[in-house]
Amino acid sequence: MNVKEIFETMDYGPAPESAAEALTWLVDQGSRFGHFINGEFTAPADGFDSKNPATGEVLATLSQATQDDVDTAVAAARTAQPKWEKLGGPGRAKYLYALARLLQKHSRLFAVLETLDNGKPIRESRDIDIPLAQRHFSYHAGMAQLMESELPDAQALGVCGQIIPWNFPLLMLAWKVAPAIAMGNTVVLKPAEYTSLTALLFADICRQAGLPKGVVNILTGDGAVGEMITTAEVDKIAFTGSTSVGKRIRQATAGSGKALTLELGGKSPYIVFDDADLDSAVEGLVDAIWFNQGQVCCAGSRLLVQESIAERFHAKLRARMDKLRIGNPLDKCIDVGAVVDPIQLNTIQGLVAANTAGTTHHAQIPMPKGGCFYPPTLIEGLAPSDTLMQEEIFGPVLVSCTFRTPAEAVELANNTRYGLAATVWSENINLALDIAPKLVAGVVWINGTNMFDAAAGFGGKRESGFGREGGWEGLAAYTKTKVKSKQLNQIAPFSGAGAPTDPLDRTAKLYIGGKQARPDSGYSRNVYGPKGALLGQVGLANRKDVRNAVEAAVGARAWSKTTGHLRAQILYYIAENLSARADEFANRINAMTGKAQGADEVETSIQRLFTAAAWADKYDGQVHGVPLRGVALAMKEPTGTIGILSADEAPLLGFMSAMAPALAMGNRVVIAASDPYPLAATDFYQVLETSDVPAGVVNILTGSHAEMATPLASHLNLDAIWSFSSTDLSADIEAASAGNLKRSWVNNNQAMDWMSDHSKRFLQEAVEIKNIWVPYGE
Amino acid sequence: MERNIETATAQPPSVPRLPVMPLDLDWVASVQANTSAIERRCATLPGRRSVKKEYQAAWLLKAISLMDLTTLSGDDTQNRVRRLCAKARQPVRADLLAALDMKGLTTGAICVYHDMIETAVDALKGTDIPVAAVSTGFPAGLSPLHLRIAEIRESVAAGAHEIDIVISRRHVLSGNWQALYYEMKAFREACGDAHVKAILATGELGSLRNVARASLVCMMAGADFIKTSTGKESVNATLPVSLVMIRAIREFHERTGYMVGYKPAGGISKAKDALVYLALIKDELGTRWLQPDLFRFGASSLLGDIERQLEHHITGAYSASYRHAMG
Repeated sequence: MNVKEIFETMDYGPAPESAAEALTWLVDQGSRFGHFINGEFTAPADGFDSKNPATGEVLATLSQATQDDVDTAVAAARTAQPKWEKLGGPGRAKYLYALARLLQKHSRLFAVLETLDNGKPIRESRDIDIPLAQRHFSYHAGMAQLMESELPDAQALGVCGQIIPWNFPLLMLAWKVAPAIAMGNTVVLKPAEYTSLTALLFADICRQAGLPKGVVNILTGDGAVGEMITTAEVDKIAFTGSTSVGKRIRQATAGSGKALTLELGGKSPYIVFDDADLDSAVEGLVDAIWFNQGQVCCAGSRLLVQESIAERFHAKLRARMDKLRIGNPLDKCIDVGAVVDPIQLNTIQGLVAANTAGTTHHAQIPMPKGGCFYPPTLIEGLAPSDTLMQEEIFGPVLVSCTFRTPAEAVELANNTRYGLAATVWSENINLALDIAPKLVAGVVWINGTNMFDAAAGFGGKRESGFGREGGWEGLAAYTKTKVKSKQLNQIAPFSGAGAPTDPLDRTAKLYIGGKQARPDSGYSRNVYGPKGALLGQVGLANRKDVRNAVEAAVGARAWSKTTGHLRAQILYYIAENLSARADEFANRINAMTGKAQGADEVETSIQRLFTAAAWADKYDGQVHGVPLRGVALAMKEPTGTIGILSADEAPLLGFMSAMAPALAMGNRVVIAASDPYPLAATDFYQVLETSDVPAGVVNILTGSHAEMATPLASHLNLDAIWSFSSTDLSADIEAASAGNLKRSWVNNNQAMDWMSDHSKRFLQEAVEIKNIWVPYGE
Repeated sequence: MERNIETATAQPPSVPRLPVMPLDLDWVASVQANTSAIERRCATLPGRRSVKKEYQAAWLLKAISLMDLTTLSGDDTQNRVRRLCAKARQPVRADLLAALDMKGLTTGAICVYHDMIETAVDALKGTDIPVAAVSTGFPAGLSPLHLRIAEIRESVAAGAHEIDIVISRRHVLSGNWQALYYEMKAFREACGDAHVKAILATGELGSLRNVARASLVCMMAGADFIKTSTGKESVNATLPVSLVMIRAIREFHERTGYMVGYKPAGGISKAKDALVYLALIKDELGTRWLQPDLFRFGASSLLGDIERQLEHHITGAYSASYRHAMG
């Protein structure tokens, strides 16, 4: 068209960003890449092609890492780690800052390369991915600088294996690498096989920054390489990707002692109330589900609209969709680029084709010829029971459903296995701030969506994984508390044939839902003292008792909504009542263990209760300073319902050290008493009953830890499992926890010094951090 | 009014003029405008839309055809206005237009005070360039209502084709939507066949929600155009205000079927900004709105920058302002 014609049609023309520099860079590297190990690129080996999904053309040939490569990389990281950690926070900060600056200096090269490799619009890689990656390095340069002063008890984990997805290749690298190396870890990272190029460019940047050899190692390859890293001698695995692979990693690392964080899939709700700014909420959907072609783990893919505005809203939405522009990702005038790979395109097509429910609207827009393109799509009028309301599509496909009331909106929103993110649109601050805490999600955006920053933690609940990335909360994923570990040996119960010390039978039952309940099995066992005296009997809980106890705990949800002040009062009351019977408990402990620790244990238990009560109304969240006119509220919420296998060796103190902080933070618990010494816990029933603890908040089981571990760990309605048992159950528990990806905290057969105060650590495990973004402005 | 740009190959059919409609207060009350979300949309728009090369040249020419070339100064004289009218007739150097194969390009209108209407009409004889007059006690709009109405009548009688009125900001700030409606309705009636642009003075309305409500009320009362500013407020046209007003226009069109025009005024002085505005209109309202009967820029210095950009497009060399005729 000539100028005169365009003057009439007022069409947008092509506005391509040049690919020349990025293509030149690839050619300069020989268009073939090895791995980046110990500060050097290895010779290119057999491997696979990396393609541009918009055109299908081959960009470079990459090497498939072998077991040898993985071993070499892990060894390099292992060798480099102590020196890197010893360099100190300020020393490491300089390197992180240099990496941030280099990312900035080469920002356009990174952006164009990312778009060529991944298919995302150049606007996104240029304005979002690359600047955020820079921000993560500069933010964590600051964290390295502050580590010694602000986290004096923290130390590096060691070598971290990191496996990242293809949807935000460089950004996910930054999320993983920056906090890890800031805290003194070294890393072995595997980018996704579709999108490894910016990671290799980053390796080049590491050399330019003079980063010590072995601190960052990058291996390319497919899932098989990921598996090799998972089973290698690393201290931590950090994974972002699909829920199914996340579960496999949970099982593969079970009992290995490797720290694990998983950032997995989602089907995040996008709730529009009738008082919302509808036009802005429609525009928000463009950023929610058509951002990065919908290939975003936290994409607002499940639209929930209030019935009264549903028709109008959908009409506006369809009109907006028909104005989206899809095409050459390097074009600066498009909204939607290419799906990452033909395989992903097939998956999307298959899922949409299999759906027969609702009304489907494909955006009425010109589609590019060839390449992996899928039109923006809306499927309205679905019900929660429709597959597409539950399954993650990971493409530009939005599904929608209506709701009648705010309460129903919350119910629908939470009717999912996932819990990553949520969006709420309302002009009513009362409504928005009431709904946000009720949504099961790690991140909630109010009147906006897909807002990210290094200062605010990101991560999920339920099958969206566990752990946070970003913010102070994200550092926990790359540090551990400085403690000396000691092997824990299994404590066997004493045996005997003695007569009861007291002829009057006082056999405690199980404590479920505020009442004593007979064990389902109908079996009990004798508890003997060290000299064979029969001290009492306890019921043997089985899987049905576990089920009943969890049900009672789940039912006691009102506890999680009580105030910290109230929970503190109740914890003080428990301490008071325990103190009144201190001698009795001390004698009981001594009689069971044959040691003289009883009095100390009781006194320290009372201290734990006081400490937990003290924290109940003080373990505050934070307001993160994100670059936005608004706030990101990092709210601490109870983890939920927690299953706990108590420490065997300290029958009262181990129990109390876990129970008190859990209760203080608003959790409900199912606690298995010390396996060999259960009677302190059963004596404790009466203390609970006289201390105003609501029924179901604390449920106590007795019997074999080995028997209870698997039903607890595999229970799909428990949110976390902790084990301090002297029976070596860590592997079983972590493997079984993969079912719903509950958070697990197990002792890996290491002893804990219960006389030391670990309350802070317990508090950390007892809460989930939810970041609620609240932009404002009139 | 009929337009006749020679280059025009297919003028879109003219849109029916909207009638005065009843005031719908429920609709007005239901309006929402989320400031931070609106700002985000505007902040990301320049990154989402880009026009290059011959497309950019065409879009810039379009911007000229949509421009109300304006002089609203206390020291305006008849000769100053004649000079401006000459520029409106020939906004771009002839050799540049020839290089682009564009003929007969003029600005959208000339915008002046009442006293200059006759001069402008006279100076524009033989063209189809309309004369717009600011009116109703511009810019504060605080003279007695009957005088403001009389001013409109006199301006129309003097030959103005378009009347830019200012609303009483106090009606918006005190939530007196009836008063705003009746004022606007009276202005519209006084205009007769002349088209009326309602200046909301958005910089003085306090909130985007007020901007949206005032936009709706003025449209219900028969405003052919809604316009941001007098150019005399401390904050004039901005993208967020524009987004709110054009979304109100879109909503009004969806509900009533009538198309209302939009005129951002003041503060748009760069060619690049003009392109962003055009993209915003195209994406939020549609391409039909990119015609002078439905969109105008109120601007005085924008033309100069566009001329330089056009010369750059043609020659590849950056231009200088003295190479282009002043208005």
